[in-house]
Amino acid sequence: MAIPLSYNVRNLRLRKSLTVMTALGIALTVATAVFIMALLAGLGRAFATTGDPLNVLMLRKGSDSELAAGGVSRDAMQVLKDLPGVAKNSKGEPLVSGEDILIVVMARKGGTGETNVTTRFLTPLGIEMRPKIHLTAGRWFTPGQREVVVSSSINRRFEHANIGDSVHIGKGDWPIVGIFDGSGTAHDSEIWGDINQLVTDFERTVYSSVLVRANDPVAALALKNRANDDQRLELNGLLEPDYYASQTKSGAPIKIVGWIVAFIMAVGSCFAAANTMYAAVAYRGREIATLRVIGFSRPSILTSFMLESLLLSLLGAALGILLMLPFNGMTTGTQNQVTFSEVVFSLQMTPVVVMSAIIFALFMGVVGGFAPAWHASRRDILSALRD
Amino acid sequence: MTLTRFVSKNAFRNKRRSILTILSIGGSLLLLTFLITIWRSFYDSKPSEESAQRLIVRHKVSLVFNLPSYYRQKIQAIPHVKEVVNEQWFGGQYMDDKPEHYFAQFGTDPQELFRVYSEFKIPADQLAAWQHDRAGAVVDVGLANKFHWKVGDRLNITGKIFPVNLELTIRGVFTPPDPTQSMYFNKDYIDEGFPKLKGSEGFFAVLADAPDSVPGVAEAVDEEFRNADRPTKTESEHAFQLGFIGMLGNIKAFIMSICLAVVFTILLVSANTMAMSIRERTREVAVLKTLGFTRNSILALFIGEAVSLAVVGGFIGSMLCYFIVTGMAAQGGYFTGMKVTPITIAAALLIAAVVGFASSFIPSYHAAKVNIVDGLRHIG
Repeated sequence: MAIPLSYNVRNLRLRKSLTVMTALGIALTVATAVFIMALLAGLGRAFATTGDPLNVLMLRKGSDSELAAGGVSRDAMQVLKDLPGVAKNSKGEPLVSGEDILIVVMARKGGTGETNVTTRFLTPLGIEMRPKIHLTAGRWFTPGQREVVVSSSINRRFEHANIGDSVHIGKGDWPIVGIFDGSGTAHDSEIWGDINQLVTDFERTVYSSVLVRANDPVAALALKNRANDDQRLELNGLLEPDYYASQTKSGAPIKIVGWIVAFIMAVGSCFAAANTMYAAVAYRGREIATLRVIGFSRPSILTSFMLESLLLSLLGAALGILLMLPFNGMTTGTQNQVTFSEVVFSLQMTPVVVMSAIIFALFMGVVGGFAPAWHASRRDILSALRD
Repeated sequence: MTLTRFVSKNAFRNKRRSILTILSIGGSLLLLTFLITIWRSFYDSKPSEESAQRLIVRHKVSLVFNLPSYYRQKIQAIPHVKEVVNEQWFGGQYMDDKPEHYFAQFGTDPQELFRVYSEFKIPADQLAAWQHDRAGAVVDVGLANKFHWKVGDRLNITGKIFPVNLELTIRGVFTPPDPTQSMYFNKDYIDEGFPKLKGSEGFFAVLADAPDSVPGVAEAVDEEFRNADRPTKTESEHAFQLGFIGMLGNIKAFIMSICLAVVFTILLVSANTMAMSIRERTREVAVLKTLGFTRNSILALFIGEAVSLAVVGGFIGSMLCYFIVTGMAAQGGYFTGMKVTPITIAAALLIAAVVGFASSFIPSYHAAKVNIVDGLRHIG
């Protein structure tokens, strides 16, 4: 017969301070794990949501980053425009956008140093090809003018990134005329400007990349293969989602350090939980013996104490998750290892993160609780009663 | 029985509890030592004597923009500048894109490189062989050991930034004071495959005549090119490296917040244990008082117990961290050159002691204050 769960709940309530302190210890460990998982989830989301499956990104053959030297020639871009399967807009223009990437250095707010920011140069057609992006303040840049728009995260995170400020690029200052919302995509880490003005300023003869929109997913795949196979074009075609997915490896340093930290903290918390459970068992020696005398079996005592340990760790998990809730959605940045510039992302406490945190806590409860529970179920009845 | 003996006897009266507590604190302190080590290797490392004498000149806007090659002669002419060498980040791929196969590759001038990096040791014959082979390379000794390379081996590096694939022969292995994870080759090799790069360089490394002249040289270089088409930003090598760490994100806040969580966890664990062990001993405290122990000495007894448990845990944790970090540093990769110094261990132990003290103060204070009669009557 099983011992009712309310027995464990009451026991935990009886030793309030002990329970709360142990649960808090577990909570801090869970909070750290949640923090790390939420960072990685946010980073993953920034890249996973960026690509449109209908868009094909064309890079120079042999390169896997838009930042590489050399690029897509103007001739190749003309060829791309006439390929079958390329979508056209309402005005009948083929949706092919030649783009260029530059890096500018900007100072973070709060004096935490400078970092590289990706600046993308494109035409209004390129903006049209990314329907997720929309303007939140000001206006888009005017073609033929030295003007830029910044993403809302850049606006929040960097000094002098408001409408009216300007960014120094190459030969001149480019005033900021608008702020756009990247909807959590990798474009949230970018500044956008007019490509024709850039070509004039920098005498660039090639594009960093060309984005091509296909009519349907089959056409997208066909365009990608066509570009890769055509020796004259010298292109490396990638489906846009694949290109951005490969950049999630930028999270590797966070992942490595994060898991080391979470693992060591978990080990410490397991010991602490074991300590508490041993104390709970020790205090209740006579009680356990009585339960045995009444007729509860060894397995049901083992289960009961395991459940108590699991309850304790669940309480810890709940506290830890609560502790981290205020940080949900907080934005931060790290270096994108493909473009060597800052990628802005937000902490995302997704259901997966929350579930993993709970499992993580339960795991600590099992490891920490097993030895004491085993000990409790194995005690000799007579000597325990005499205690 | 002396007071210390009394403390140590008591600390291990419940062996299992003490050991669990020590292990729990040890785990946390291991982590704390690890984080302090990372912190110190990022922000607290003193540049070596030679490094303090070096500067890096790059394009003012960003490292991704190149500087004209002729800047080298102009920089050379600036007072207090001893040597200048050009370098170009190649960013190629060796074998595959696994992070463990990643290392830095720089195109440079073999005639000048080792004059600027004078602390890098290389046998004279190997240096001469490198200078005579346009497709030759020199590699860091750590890198050579990791990949089991030896002089004469051939390496294929696929260009990721530049449309050039390098086929290099290792002509020399150099030994720097701190691991660099770098390979150097003749920059002309990139120029041949990618002529657009000819006449421009990624950045310049400058050796000043003394550490004191570094700030003056930095100012003079930037002043020289202030109105040029491509203005420069010059900073000490150390500042340049710190700039890279800054790009990883707000590491300081990241480490600080985890450290705080860890310290708080130790506080909880230690307080928990002390609260348990003190409660068990309420009657004992009353007996001690009857025997004539003062309140202060009882307080000292308990605090001593908590502090010694925490310090023992701290010692185990930090020593463990020492061995782990030493092992990982030998593996190369992210942890190259990291070490746990005695100061770091001392800091960890100090934190452990302070936390032990803080955690035991309130329960011990209550225990010491307890009324003798109530205490004797207490059933535990």
